[in-house]
Amino acid sequence: MAQFTLPKNSQYTEGKSWPKPAGATNVQEFRIYRWNPDDGANPRIDTYYVDRDDCGPMVLDALLWIKNNVDSTLTFRRSCREGICGSCAMNIMGGNTLACTLGIDDCGDGAIKIYPLPHMPVLKDLVPDLTSFFAQHASIEPWLQTETAEPETEWRQTPEDRSKLDGLYECILCACCTTSCPSYWWNGDRFLGPAALLQAYRWLIDSRDENTGERLDNLHDPFRLYRCHTIMNCANTCPKGLNPAKAIAEIKKMMVARAV
Amino acid sequence: MADNRADTRVSMRTPLARVKGLGAAGHGVEHWWLHRVTAVANIPLVIAFVIVVAALAGSSYQDAIAIVSHPLVAILLILAVVSVTNHMRLGMQIVIEDYVHDKGLRVVAVIANNFYAAVIAVACLYAILKVSLGRILV
Repeated sequence: MAQFTLPKNSQYTEGKSWPKPAGATNVQEFRIYRWNPDDGANPRIDTYYVDRDDCGPMVLDALLWIKNNVDSTLTFRRSCREGICGSCAMNIMGGNTLACTLGIDDCGDGAIKIYPLPHMPVLKDLVPDLTSFFAQHASIEPWLQTETAEPETEWRQTPEDRSKLDGLYECILCACCTTSCPSYWWNGDRFLGPAALLQAYRWLIDSRDENTGERLDNLHDPFRLYRCHTIMNCANTCPKGLNPAKAIAEIKKMMVARAV
Repeated sequence: MADNRADTRVSMRTPLARVKGLGAAGHGVEHWWLHRVTAVANIPLVIAFVIVVAALAGSSYQDAIAIVSHPLVAILLILAVVSVTNHMRLGMQIVIEDYVHDKGLRVVAVIANNFYAAVIAVACLYAILKVSLGRILV
C-alpha cells in the first residue's frame, strides 16, 4: 500500500537551538530540517535566529546568512539567486517554491519552517536526490526530432505556432511541481510527473517536430500519463506560474483525438 | 520512490533504464475515455433511476411490478446498471492502481474488482429482466 506515515528512521526529532545574534533588534526565527547521512541519527529540526537588519529580503538570503554567520554545515543547493536555475527549490511554510524568489516578509508570522522537497530521497539537509526526476525528463526525449532533410537555415515556424510554446518553455525543472503531486508520491517510479509531462507537451505541440505520434506512443500508458488525476497541486505551487495540469490535460485530449 | 543509495539492485541499473522500465503499455486512453463517457451517460440515467425509485416508493406490489415491466422503464434501468457498474469498475481500478503497490496484490485486487462489478451488473440485470419479462414467460 501507499505509505502514509514516515518510516522510523525518517521521523524527525527536536534539534539544536542556535543562539540569537547578539545585539540584534529585528530577529526572525527559522526552523530547518537537518539530516546527515554519516552520523546514523534521525533527522532533526534545528532552530536559527536571523538578524533581519543584516540580511537580504529573500528566504535564500536568510539561509546564506545562517551558513555564513551561524552554522556552516547547513547544506542546500543554490546558484543564480534570481529564479532561473531552479536549484534552491525546497518546501517553505508547507509549499514547494524557490527560496530565492520568496520574500521573508511573505512567509507570514512566526517561525519560518523549511524542509527539503517532499517524498524524495534526501542526500543531506535540504538537498534531495533528483536522479530519477532528471532521468524521467530525459525519457521524454526533450529535443527537436525530424526526418525531413535539414534545411539550409533554420526550421521555420509561424508566430502563431511559436506562441503555443509560451507557458511551456519557461519551465526551469526545479521539481517543485513533481514533488508536490500525490500521484507522484505514490507511483513516482512509473508516473512521469508534471514537470516531465509539461516538457513532453512542449515537444508534442511544437509545429517543427515530426515525431508527434511516436512521442504519444511513448506516453500511452496507465502509469506514465494516466496517474494524473488533475489534483492541480502542480499549478498551485509552480514558482514560475506555469500550469502543468493543463499541459497534461492537453496530452490526454491528443490521445483521444487520435483514437476516437 | 526507489532509493538509489539504499538498494543496490536498483542502483546497478542506470536511472534511464529504471525510468523506461518495460516501456509504455500502449493502452490507457480507452480506460480514460470510457470513464468519461459513462460519467456523461450516468447523468440522465441516474436521474431516470431516481424518478423510477420515487414512483415505486409506497406503491403496491402489483403496481411496482407494472412499473418495472414497462418497456421504457426496464430499458432505462438496464442502461443505468450497465453504465453505473462500468463507471464503478473503471474508477475503482484507478484507486487500486494508485494505492496498492504490491504487484501480486494489485493484480488480485484488479481481478476481484472486475468480478465484483460483473456480479453486481448481472444480478441487477437478472432482477430487472425477471420482473419485467416474468409476466410474459410464465
